[in-house]
Amino acid sequence: MYRSHVLVCGGTGCTSSGSHRIIEKLEKEIKKQGLEDEVGVVKTGCFGLCALGPIMIVYPEGSFYSMVKEDDIEEIVSEHLLKGRVVTRLLYDETVKGAEVLPLQETEFYKKQKRVALRNCGVINPENIEEYIGTGGYEALGKVLTEMTPEQVIQVMLDSGLRGRGGAGFPTGLKWKFAAGNPSDQKYVCCNADEGDPGAFMDRSVLEGDPHVVLEAMAIAGYAIGASQGYIYVRAEYPIAVQRLNIAIGQAREYGLLGKDIFGTGFDFDIELRLGAGAFVCGEETALMTSIEGNRGEPRPRPPFPALKGLYQKPTILNNVETYANVPQIILKGPEWFASMGTEKSKGTKVFALGGKVNNTGLVEIPMGTTLREIVEEIGGGIPNGKKFKAAQTGGPSGGCIPAEHFDVPIDYDNLIAIGSMMGSGGLIVMDEDTCMVDIAKFFLEFTVDESCGKCTPCRVGTRRMLEILEKITKGQGTMEDLDRLEELAAHLSSNSLCALGQTAPNPVLSTLKYFKDEYIAHIVDKKCPAGVCKDLLQYKIDPDKCKGCTLCARNCPNNAITGKVKEAHVIDQEKCVKCGACMEKCRFGAIYKE
Amino acid sequence: MLSKKTTVPFRGTEEQEKALLEVIAELKDEKGALMRILQKAQDIYGYLPIEVQKMISDGTGIPLEKIYGVATFYSQFALNPKGKYQISVCLGTACYVKGSGDIYNKLMEKLGIEGGECTPDGKFSLDACRCIGACGLAPVITINDEVYGRLKVDDIDDILAKYE
Repeated sequence: MYRSHVLVCGGTGCTSSGSHRIIEKLEKEIKKQGLEDEVGVVKTGCFGLCALGPIMIVYPEGSFYSMVKEDDIEEIVSEHLLKGRVVTRLLYDETVKGAEVLPLQETEFYKKQKRVALRNCGVINPENIEEYIGTGGYEALGKVLTEMTPEQVIQVMLDSGLRGRGGAGFPTGLKWKFAAGNPSDQKYVCCNADEGDPGAFMDRSVLEGDPHVVLEAMAIAGYAIGASQGYIYVRAEYPIAVQRLNIAIGQAREYGLLGKDIFGTGFDFDIELRLGAGAFVCGEETALMTSIEGNRGEPRPRPPFPALKGLYQKPTILNNVETYANVPQIILKGPEWFASMGTEKSKGTKVFALGGKVNNTGLVEIPMGTTLREIVEEIGGGIPNGKKFKAAQTGGPSGGCIPAEHFDVPIDYDNLIAIGSMMGSGGLIVMDEDTCMVDIAKFFLEFTVDESCGKCTPCRVGTRRMLEILEKITKGQGTMEDLDRLEELAAHLSSNSLCALGQTAPNPVLSTLKYFKDEYIAHIVDKKCPAGVCKDLLQYKIDPDKCKGCTLCARNCPNNAITGKVKEAHVIDQEKCVKCGACMEKCRFGAIYKE
Repeated sequence: MLSKKTTVPFRGTEEQEKALLEVIAELKDEKGALMRILQKAQDIYGYLPIEVQKMISDGTGIPLEKIYGVATFYSQFALNPKGKYQISVCLGTACYVKGSGDIYNKLMEKLGIEGGECTPDGKFSLDACRCIGACGLAPVITINDEVYGRLKVDDIDDILAKYE
């Protein structure tokens, strides 16, 4: 038994900011002080507050050290772990109130959160199955196999009101019911871990922080629909997640929790990993299955739906990682417990990846029905540098931008669609006044043009035509008729594309057109980009009153566009200026501005 | 758009070929094996030149046109060799909003190559990627396994200098 545990985040965010080096140093220092039998170091999954990484928590005190540096470790070990004196200076400042140290749950970031899917993330060592079992893991599978019929399992899922967390929000129980109702010699359970929405990383965090929950839920699903084989299709871009899944599958097989005759009930179920290779469209269910089969990941028309003819033409269910992460809890605590959280039609919690122009970037799990204001201002800690909130983007390339006027709408599946966006997988990117909404629409169209698989014409050609119009507008060559053309094309794409990628591709354009039409008009009529982003519409200028004539800008201009004598105001030649902004960055007197 | 130009001649070794043939022998009878074979082939050679695709076709009986189709469909499969240092710029939404586009442009300018290409000396290759999930550190780039986060355009010179 250790008297103290040090939990260090080993998620991608913190690993990127160097947590692996922190762990090495920590183990070295602990050994140096002879504490290796008293203090245990645990590499966990994501704590959620990635902005403050690398993150480290010392238990039993619950001291939350943030942005830990290698140089701090010696002090933390010798002061805190050896002498029991918390190094207050290095704690996350929100947990320090005068002389008192507050528990993490009372900070603004964590206070409103309710962790169901992320229950074990940042709490257990994901590479040790016993820690998962120690927190009630695999109990739900045991209960299902020994006490429940498949019909009862499906009924529990239906009663819970759980809807697919991948974005579309289809009722999970219903999906299982359809697949269970189609007799076949072989059925499959698939897990969509091809988290492709840029800015979304909740699935990765579950896989990295609590991989067994996915395996357990897939086995439960297998029992419910009568399948003996599962596949997890995971992005190759997530090496840590792949590694931990491999470890977890190996351990589960060793413990008899995957494989033949699980719990002595005669139920067989095994899981294999399949790695994606970087194609956004493979997040679409039929494309994902085509890809597992070893082909180009192109979607195919539905019907037949996968519940009838899915992987290898057999009945298949496909759920997303976060959906599965809810399942064992629902089985153990009952559907009523789950349905007591959230709104009327969207039950439970949702994990959002909070990013962009917000102070506390990271992962948050909140009950459905929380407002955008609570997420951005309270949990997210507001916008940095005193800037003004302009919009929040949800749903990635399939979603839209929500303006400040809808700040108080309770977030759930149906409300988001009503205001022109969608839940998507849960990326939530905050934008401030420096973000140009036309540029953002163009950014997402570039994405869909790149990622369109090319199989159906509306998507392949339509997205490109829309992008060309947006490029024209951001160059100041747009006309008002272009806006009508955009809307017309958008309608064609929505109604005629084969899969959701094309059907939802116009959403970023439509939502920005709806809420920020004035910005489009400014680009077209005034030839100005109000946010100062679109380079072709910008001019860099020097304020002669502020310019001291230090010549720094002229010396840094890559194109020799700035002229002027020493100690006299300089001038930018607009013909030569390439708008790189180097002069503005270098100027020490704030004399250069853009408009 | 990433460039698909191949400018470097194929220099496969016998050991590599042996390793590839072993992979093919192991996987060829499994369902849906092509993706996995291509992934392993790329691990062996670093990329998937037409010579390697032909070997896979000969070994598995899968038509070359299908192999080429799959290899060009997925962005992780490279038809071009990668540099000794592989630079990847995240152009996911969170990074883009925080200015990763400027960083990408700066790298293209500094290295004198387009995205998807490799410098003629084989030292650096440059790619854009879609969200590596380190959005909390936006904007980020990765060079091989090292991640650089919370970047500004001005940081690029110093970072590249480390690899000179």
